Amino acid sequence: MKPFGYLDGLVVPLDRPNVDTDAIIPKQFLKSIRRSGFGPNLFDEWRYLDHGEPGMDNSRRKPNPDFVLNAPRYRGAQILLCRENFGCGSSREHAPWALEDYGFRAIIAPSFADIFYNNCFKNGLLPIVLDAKTVDGLFHETFGNEGYRLAIDLEKQVVVTPSGERIGFEVDAFRKHCLIEGLDDIGLTLVHGDEIRAFEDRYRGAQPWLFIGNEK
Amino acid sequence: MEALNLYDKLWGSHVVREEKDGTALLYIDRHLVHEVTSPQAFEGLRLAGRKPWRTGSVLAVADHNVPTTGREGGIRDAVSRLQVETLDSNCEDYGILEFRMNDLRQGIVHVVGPEQGATLPGMTVVCGDSHTSTHGAFAALAFGIGTSEVEHVLATQCLLGKKSKSMRIAVEGELGRGVTAKDIALYVIGRIGTAGGTGYAIEFSGSAVSALSMEGRMTLCNMAIEAGARAGMVAVDEKTIEYLRGRPFSPQGELWEAACSYWRTLKSDEGAHFDATVTIDAAEIRPQVTWGTSPEMVVAIDGAVPDPKHFSDPVKRQGMERALAYMGLSPNQKIEEIVVDKIFIGSCTNSRIEDLRAAAGVVKGRHVAKNIRLAMVVPGSGLVKRQAEKEGLDRIFQEAGFEWREPGCSMCLAMNDDRLSLGERCASTSNRNFEGRQGQGGRTHLVSPELAAAAAIAGHFVDPGRLP
Repeated sequence: MKPFGYLDGLVVPLDRPNVDTDAIIPKQFLKSIRRSGFGPNLFDEWRYLDHGEPGMDNSRRKPNPDFVLNAPRYRGAQILLCRENFGCGSSREHAPWALEDYGFRAIIAPSFADIFYNNCFKNGLLPIVLDAKTVDGLFHETFGNEGYRLAIDLEKQVVVTPSGERIGFEVDAFRKHCLIEGLDDIGLTLVHGDEIRAFEDRYRGAQPWLFIGNEK
Repeated sequence: MEALNLYDKLWGSHVVREEKDGTALLYIDRHLVHEVTSPQAFEGLRLAGRKPWRTGSVLAVADHNVPTTGREGGIRDAVSRLQVETLDSNCEDYGILEFRMNDLRQGIVHVVGPEQGATLPGMTVVCGDSHTSTHGAFAALAFGIGTSEVEHVLATQCLLGKKSKSMRIAVEGELGRGVTAKDIALYVIGRIGTAGGTGYAIEFSGSAVSALSMEGRMTLCNMAIEAGARAGMVAVDEKTIEYLRGRPFSPQGELWEAACSYWRTLKSDEGAHFDATVTIDAAEIRPQVTWGTSPEMVVAIDGAVPDPKHFSDPVKRQGMERALAYMGLSPNQKIEEIVVDKIFIGSCTNSRIEDLRAAAGVVKGRHVAKNIRLAMVVPGSGLVKRQAEKEGLDRIFQEAGFEWREPGCSMCLAMNDDRLSLGERCASTSNRNFEGRQGQGGRTHLVSPELAAAAAIAGHFVDPGRLP
C-alpha cells in the first residue's frame, strides 16, 4: 500500500448526495480478477456517453462533456469533494481501487458509508469527514476558483485552504498509523497468532458445534 | 450483572484482544465467499505465501456472475467464465468447500448459508458482500467486508475493527393485511434514511418482528445495509431453533442440545442500553414502492410521487429532481398509475420459498399483462427451486407467463445477461434502485414479491387486494 503523508492537490467537486458504489464502478467491470486497471472506468456511466464494457479501448469512447471529471480545469485532480453518504451500497473494494487508480488520494465529504470508508484505508486513500457547512463552503470555493487546491497533512490531521485556513479532522489513530507507514495489517495481525490460537482453543471447548459442518 | 444487548453479547464473545483505543481483533466463525470479491484476496494470499487459517470455516459459491438459463453449455461470456473458474480453482487449491454452478445446493450466498445451517446463532459471519447482514436474522453478528478484509480473514481468521454503536428498531403491533417484511424494511429506510443507520448495528425487535418467519427476518436484516447499518440482527426464539433443526451443517444429538441452550441466551437483557431507539407502530405500515434512485425514496402503494418543491434543503431537493428525471416520473403522479415493463422476483432479499409462495398466491389463475416484456422468477438456490417445483409453483408462474430460471443474483445487479435496457421500468423484489443498478438507464422500483406479482398481472403498480 502507498503511504500517505502530505498531499497538496487539485480539488474536483462531485455535487450530489448518496453517490453509490454502482455509480463509482459499474458492475460489468467487477468481472475482472485483477486489483488494478479500474481507473479508466471510474464513474463510467456518468463519464462516457456510450455504454462501457470490459476490454474496450476507453480512449476511443465518447466522454460526457457535462460530467465534472471531464472538465479540463479538473484534470489531474487528486482530491474528490463530495456530498453526504458517499460510497453507499455494495462492499465492492473495486470502488476505492478505481478512485485510487484514477489518481485520487483523498476524498472529503460530510459522511461516508461504513464499508466504503473502511475499504479506503486499505488502499492508501484518505477519506476525510468534515461538517456539512464546511463542505458546502469548499464547494463554493472550488466552483468559484479555477485551479483550487487543498493541502492535507495527515500527521497533523489538518486540511489547509489556499487562504491559510486550517480545518482539523478526526481519524482513527490505528488507521492513521497504517496509512502513514503504508502498513499491511495482515502482517500486524499475524504477530498475535499465538493469541488467536489460544482464543480458538478456548472457544472450541465452549462451542464445539462451531467447528463441525464442513470440517466433519 | 450489567444488562447487555444482543450486539454487546455477540461482539464481546469474539474479541481475541483489544487495544487501548478500542480497536479489537475479532474472531470470525463463518466466512462465505463468492466469485466477485475473492479472486484478488486469494491472489494476495498466494503472493505473500500465506495459507487460509481455517479452511473449514469457509464456504464458497458462485452466484453474482452465473447465467440463469442454458447452464448446460457453461458460461458464454469469457470474462465471467474466467471469474467463476478462478473461484473453482482457488477452492480446489486451498481445500475449500464450494457448491459449483451445477450443484443442486448452489444459489445466492445469503440464501445458501442459512439453508445449509452454515449460519448459526452466536456466530460472526462475514462475506465480501454488503448483504451479509441477512444472516443477522439468526442472532449472528454478520456484516459485509471488502476484498482486503476477505484476505485478512482468510489469513488470520480475524478482523480488525471497533465496536459500532447500537440501535434498536422496535416494530410493535400487528402488520396490516398484505404487509410484509419487505414493507417493514422499506418503511424503516424511508423513516431513518439510507444513512440513518451508519455507524450502528441494528437490532430489530418488537411483536411484529417476532411474528415474522425466519424468511421474513432475513428479508428485514438483509436491508439493514440499505439503512446504512453494516449489521442487522434479531434475537433467538423457538422459530430460529426450529428452522435450524436437521440442516446439513447444524449440530446434532448432544451438541444440538448444548447449542440450543446457549442460543436461547442470545437476546438483549431486560433494561439493556441502546445508543438509539426507534419505535414504529406496525399498523402504520402500508405496502411500499420506491419511486426514486435511493431506497429511502419510498411511499405507500396508495400514495403519490412527492413534489421536490416542498423540500427546503437544496441538496435534498436537487437529489429528488435528479431522481425524478432519471426515473421518468413527475411530482404528484399516483403510484398505481405507473406502468412497468419488466418484473423481477428474486435476489438475496426475496427469493426464498416463502417469497415464491406469496408471489404465486397472487399470480395463480391469472395472466401477465400484455405490456409486460419480461416477467421472471429466479429462485434463491437450487434447493428453493426444487421445493417450489414440488409444490407446483413453477407451473403457476409459467402458466401465467413468467419465466422460471436457474438460481443466482441475476437482475438484482445485472452482472450476467439478465438486465434492463435503457429506459425500461421494472418492479423488482431486490434491494437497490440506484441509477444503472439493473442495467444502464434502467428504472427500478423496489417492492415485495406480492406487489411485484400484482404489477405483472395489472401491468402497473396495484395493491394485490384490488386485482380483479
